[in-house]
Amino acid sequence: MIIPKLALRNLLGAGMKTWLNAAVLSMAYVAIIWTQGIYIGLDAEVSRAMIDAEYGGGQYWEESYDPFDPFTLQDAHLPLAGPLQNLIDQGKATPILIVQATLYPGGRIVPTLLKGVDPGQKLLDLPSSVLKATDHEIPALIGSRMSQTSGLKKGDVVTVRWRDANGTFDARDLQIVEVMTPLDQGIDSGQVWLPLATLQEMAGMKSQATLVVLEKNSAPAGTISGWTFRGLDYLLKDIKSLVQAKTIGASILYTILLFLAMLAIFDTQVLAIFKRRKEIGTIMALGFSRVKVIELFTFEGALNGVLAAVFGAIYGIPLLAYTAIRGFGLSGSQGDTFSSFGFAVSGRLYPTYSVRLVLGTIILVFVITTVVSFLPTRKIARLKPTDALRGKLQ
Amino acid sequence: MENSILIKTLGLVKIYPMGEQSIVALDDVSLTLRKGEFAGLVGPSGSGKTTLLNILGSLDTPTRGSAEVLGEKVECLSQKKAAELRNLHIGFIFQTFNLLPVYSVYENVEFPLLLLGLPPAARKKAVMDALEWVHLAERAKSRPSQLSGWQSQRVAIARAIVKKPEIILADEPTANLDAENSHHILDTMEQINHELGTTFLFSTHDDKVIRHLHRKITLLDGKVARDEIMKSAEEVRP
Repeated sequence: MIIPKLALRNLLGAGMKTWLNAAVLSMAYVAIIWTQGIYIGLDAEVSRAMIDAEYGGGQYWEESYDPFDPFTLQDAHLPLAGPLQNLIDQGKATPILIVQATLYPGGRIVPTLLKGVDPGQKLLDLPSSVLKATDHEIPALIGSRMSQTSGLKKGDVVTVRWRDANGTFDARDLQIVEVMTPLDQGIDSGQVWLPLATLQEMAGMKSQATLVVLEKNSAPAGTISGWTFRGLDYLLKDIKSLVQAKTIGASILYTILLFLAMLAIFDTQVLAIFKRRKEIGTIMALGFSRVKVIELFTFEGALNGVLAAVFGAIYGIPLLAYTAIRGFGLSGSQGDTFSSFGFAVSGRLYPTYSVRLVLGTIILVFVITTVVSFLPTRKIARLKPTDALRGKLQ
Repeated sequence: MENSILIKTLGLVKIYPMGEQSIVALDDVSLTLRKGEFAGLVGPSGSGKTTLLNILGSLDTPTRGSAEVLGEKVECLSQKKAAELRNLHIGFIFQTFNLLPVYSVYENVEFPLLLLGLPPAARKKAVMDALEWVHLAERAKSRPSQLSGWQSQRVAIARAIVKKPEIILADEPTANLDAENSHHILDTMEQINHELGTTFLFSTHDDKVIRHLHRKITLLDGKVARDEIMKSAEEVRP
């Protein structure tokens, strides 16, 4: 225990220089945890919103269905049967039918996707129950983004034209019964929600669906012929990639901060060895071996990481706790930016600071600090005690 | 009598290579030092005093010959063993005091005991005893920067004696002190030598120190020129 004790004495004895190093390094700690917390929080919130509104516990897709290829939609439908029908009957899954169509709001042409959903479903955070209320026309539900781009409002009647399973074009009027404001634009932009049975009838696809959404946290029903299971890893991969890309971008900031802090520590170590070479000679004369001196100086440098963690905790914990509780307002340009990327974020973003993140950051910074502290001490390994006592450094 | 020999050198040679030339700092030095001696290496600058002291302190190794300290051959010791020898058996006093600047007086004196792994209570007693010896117990909490030169050297003496070593090697201990304080310091060392039986070996060219020596070993150009007993045992211990 002598090395830690002496290292702490030396470090505290160095006064202001120690605290300046600790202050710079603590900023690296707080910046890393803060930015990572924001992106982890963003990832969690976006994923949660998309799971609640769109993905559930995963989806079975008709095997030719590809959401990025509109040409697949015409044939992407299959009758529901077997295990999928069982899950739907048990209320553990809900089917969705997707049909390509064109809306004619105010004489304009708006390409759209008609999505049929069971009005009684409870699995998705979608106000599908409004589709039960039928008036004279087919009830339709749209999102606020669709409302903005099409100019449709609640109560409006609009003509829709589509092609049924036989390739025949048909047209009917829809009445907008509700304009919802979902976080997830994956259930909003370019989409119109109709009662499933109505859409099945319109498209001549009775008892058919394009995809089946499973209940949250449920296990897949295994391999089903004609259907492909898409788990959350697959469905959320774009959002994960986007968050990861943003995380990497942000890491440049704290890499610079960390680099500055490490430079300060490296510089301090090099200077300390140069300035304290007589002291090194003295402690060697008093019985320290070179290895012990290297240990002492390395430990001294590494303690900067510990002091910085303590220092960072003093101002970092209240700051991070405040942001975690109050969140960040995302109104204005930042919210718009996220929305245009397809991020499902609410007006406030709540960063998530996990124990893993905090401990991981502390360990990372501590390890880097230790390595940076050790590197200059290799000079001591070549130092003769007699030279050190004379103030010489080879 | 043979077993009271603490230091024995035989044909000791130290050569420093300087580019294509080399400097002979010690040339065939053979001497012995017995327990309780208060001896000094005397000679002009460059005569090899500090080099010999460094070798005997296991801080350096000879080019040829043998230096035996407390039965250990310095030239054969590993770095770790040499550090152990210094830690356990040898105390150093330097011309420029070499106190550790960020430590208090107490912590400076305590330093060698930390290496020995003594328990805190034993350390505290030994430190306070050593500071009492040099009459600086009341300055235990002071920093080296708050001490005068002679007080600093007294702290260095306390640091050297605190672990009760067999040998204390003092390199020009009074070079930075005035006559009166040099006298006080030497009196203290002589008292320690007398009462604790600690062997002292100085390197000096200071007349004030030479007057206190019981044995004077004169080095000239790296060789032992004279080896004189200045005070007999009867004179030292009446």
